[in-house]
Amino acid sequence: MKFGVVVFPGSNCDDDMIHVLSEVMGCKAEKIWHKESSLDGYELGDCIIVPGGFSYGDYLRAGAIAKMSPVMSAVTAFAKKGGHVFGICNGFQVLCEAGLLPGALLRNEKQKFISKNSYLKTISTNSALTSHCSTDRALQMPIAHAEGRYYCDAGTLAELKANDQILFKYASPDGELDVSYNWNGSVEAIAGICNKGRNVFGMMPHPERASESILGCEDGKALFDSLVSHLASLAPVS
Amino acid sequence: MLQSSNIFAANLGDMADQSSRQQNVETAAKLGLSEAEYDMICGYLEREPNFTELSIYSVMWSEHCSYKNSIKYLKTLPRSGGRLLVEAGEENAGLVDLGDGLACAFKIESHNHPSAVEPYQGAATGVGGIHRDIFTMGARPIAALNSLRFGPLSSKHMQGLVRGVVSGIGDYGNCLGVPTVGGEVYFHPCYRQNILVNAMSVGIVKHGETASACADGPGNPVFIVGSATGRDGIHGATFASGDLTENSADDLPAVQVGDPFQEKLLLEATLEAIQTGALVGVQDMGAAGITCSTSEMSAKSKTGMDIRLDLVPTRQANMKAFEILLSESQERMLMVVQKGREQELLKIFDKWDLNCAEIGVVTDTGRLRFYEGKDLVADVDADSLVLGGGAPVYDREYERPSYMDEIAAFSLADIPQPDDFKQAAWNLISSGTIASKQWIYEQYDHTVRTNNTGTTLPMTASVIRVKGTDLDLAMSTDCNSSYVYADPYKGAMIAVCEAARNIVCSGGKPLAITNCLNFGNPHDKGVYYQFKEAIRGMGDACRALNTPVTGGNVSFYNQTTIDGKTEPIQPTPTIGMLGVIEDRSHRTTLHFKDHGDIIVMLGEAHADLGSSEYLMKHHEIYHSPCPHFELEEELDLQQIVSSLIESNLVKSIQDISEGGLFTALLESAMTSSLGFDINCDTDIRKDAFLFGESQSRVIVSTSPGDLDRLKAQLGDHPYTFLGSVNQGELHIDGEPFGHIDTWKQHYQTSLEQVLEA
Repeated sequence: MKFGVVVFPGSNCDDDMIHVLSEVMGCKAEKIWHKESSLDGYELGDCIIVPGGFSYGDYLRAGAIAKMSPVMSAVTAFAKKGGHVFGICNGFQVLCEAGLLPGALLRNEKQKFISKNSYLKTISTNSALTSHCSTDRALQMPIAHAEGRYYCDAGTLAELKANDQILFKYASPDGELDVSYNWNGSVEAIAGICNKGRNVFGMMPHPERASESILGCEDGKALFDSLVSHLASLAPVS
Repeated sequence: MLQSSNIFAANLGDMADQSSRQQNVETAAKLGLSEAEYDMICGYLEREPNFTELSIYSVMWSEHCSYKNSIKYLKTLPRSGGRLLVEAGEENAGLVDLGDGLACAFKIESHNHPSAVEPYQGAATGVGGIHRDIFTMGARPIAALNSLRFGPLSSKHMQGLVRGVVSGIGDYGNCLGVPTVGGEVYFHPCYRQNILVNAMSVGIVKHGETASACADGPGNPVFIVGSATGRDGIHGATFASGDLTENSADDLPAVQVGDPFQEKLLLEATLEAIQTGALVGVQDMGAAGITCSTSEMSAKSKTGMDIRLDLVPTRQANMKAFEILLSESQERMLMVVQKGREQELLKIFDKWDLNCAEIGVVTDTGRLRFYEGKDLVADVDADSLVLGGGAPVYDREYERPSYMDEIAAFSLADIPQPDDFKQAAWNLISSGTIASKQWIYEQYDHTVRTNNTGTTLPMTASVIRVKGTDLDLAMSTDCNSSYVYADPYKGAMIAVCEAARNIVCSGGKPLAITNCLNFGNPHDKGVYYQFKEAIRGMGDACRALNTPVTGGNVSFYNQTTIDGKTEPIQPTPTIGMLGVIEDRSHRTTLHFKDHGDIIVMLGEAHADLGSSEYLMKHHEIYHSPCPHFELEEELDLQQIVSSLIESNLVKSIQDISEGGLFTALLESAMTSSLGFDINCDTDIRKDAFLFGESQSRVIVSTSPGDLDRLKAQLGDHPYTFLGSVNQGELHIDGEPFGHIDTWKQHYQTSLEQVLEA
């Protein structure tokens, strides 16, 4: 099992992701440069991470240029084969732009960058990313974005619900759905989703920034624990 | 590839624009040079300068680059010792040994004038510039702090400046991926026309992997890398070295425009380039652009450079030589490469899709010769341009300013106590200087790079872990300018000591400081008195704490002339201090932990309201003495705080600063929504006890079971039992002050209510 962390010009959470995957989770993790046009060597038991940051400066629209980079064609092909792909923050924006996840991320309701701890209620534990989470307890992890307001039309929302694709919603520290904790104004306070095939995941909050007790919070680690145990189950028996 | 021997064959003699001396002196005056300085230039050149050369001298001899009015006093500061690896002034920033084979580069710098004219770009490029100072040394920036000063928020104009500065800092730092982990913000009428934006960067580098700002080895090629050069920021250093006037908006082209995405690419490419070992030297381009980098690098190595300005990638066509030389376009670096290893550099910059153009060669002439094609457009002695070389040095006249008589005449007995203490406290908490800066810091990414503890574990200093080690860095920026105004000597000592206190209270040990010296016009005798005295105080405090000065920045001319009336800012010598927590079990947070814990104040309270926020807010008194401070008491306090932390006797520590004891208690209570029940010292008037800002005091909380041990350890050190932590209600001398959640809401939203209105 190994993790490939995509690096666009302007990615700035790539090192953080490598740190958590290798130092905290003890997994193999390597960077993939955006000019790579193939993911040779990545198999179904591996996972591609699209990390946070400001790909290409996000000067046009978050993720709009990144989706056209050579590596994204390869990531799309990997996902279509059933490979696991996880986008965080800017990575979530890129995956939506690339059509691997439904919906879009709009500018925050208050039109400003928001950087603070958020609290997430796990909506579905039926995914490779959330199997170790509990729906009873809120997870604390930071958000840091200007364009994180999840939006989709009514039809897509109904489909997300019907297919159990909503993974996380913004909530109070007690795990209650409370509109005053929906910091960016997302549709139904949606913070993270998966695709219909349940192998592509995207979320705005940063689990990699809340995975070490030394930083005061380890809630994000439940996501990596889930992912690693699922991927381990896929790995060919050697 | 460029063949230097052929290209630099031209002879001087093309210096066409030799105009009359009288015209030249007038031009020099317009560029900010005195007639005496003009004569010095003629002496160095042994002829009259042309316009391009005059422009070069004007920026290099501006206060911003030459420190000509300050260097005499800066040299009195302790600039070596402790864990310093590089002394002040040697490189772009100071370098401090952290152990474990690592070093920390850190520096603070001002971007005041640009931010007053164009707050968003001014603040953004201030952040970009200071980070470049750090990564040009090979260090990766891992934290940013800042220190901001604004006028009263009642004016719409000021609200706009605050919004612009905050989004400028946020957008640049967030995109670059460096967390903003701390800072301070004050609001005071003296900054109404001249706001202050001071930005600090902190970076980490392995021993032996640092880069130097030198140009060794004649024959080595010189490259310019990063963004193309445009017409922005021309004469920016000169602009920053004069007073702001009602016509300052006309200087808008002197303000640079930032591109944080380019900076991110430049950061990664520069660090990769340094790693190759092919670089001889590198310096970022900040104030005075190519002029400053070429002259400082050459002077440092006692070499020279021949530079072809027509080979510099430009943003606009037909840029004039002086425009290219003086442009302060951002996100650029000058690199000297070992001859024969150019391809290694080119490959890295190609990977990051950045410009990388060979523009010249290092020579052994000691001269900077700038060419446009074959035409020599300027020929100057590198050493004559720089600080420590030929740049002028002045000692200005000083005189104790007359406002100090008004301060000396202050009498506390004339100040009535408030009728309603709860209301007075409520008003004080809503003051911009005291209220939570949440509206500001929530626009800064403070969690990227996964090192910052402050988001979840608040401490009096900003604390970040250093990956791969058992160390944390503890940092703080501090300066209460009202104290410095009242007593420049003591006020500057307090600024240093408060920064140290914040680090010690977090469980750390202060190591070194960087300073950003924001003052008025040095030709004003009163201003120069403030400057001289503040430096003396800073030096004494740094020596006592063994925290040498690693470098920093001087920003004079922070005053505004409108309709002929000049108003200097209060002297604001901002301190950026670096400390280290060597044992993570010593980290100590500032919030109360448990109901029933005992609250103790360490240090001594005084009947003192001097220069307090309360006196300004409640009584509108802006002339009163500096609060009580004695260096010995401060050292004593810091020593006992460290020993209590090491003995694991305290559950929280918060220092008492602006807003006094009441504010400190409130801040400790809010995080966990706990309350407190305290009694005031009846020997001291109650307003002074609750709101006074006497220095060298902290509040700690401890378990009742540890109380005897705590008392034993405190021994003869002065302390006062204040009361205890409760479940949420505030009581002072038995009077109910309401629930902590009500206060928290008020504290957290006061700023937002003004800025979002």
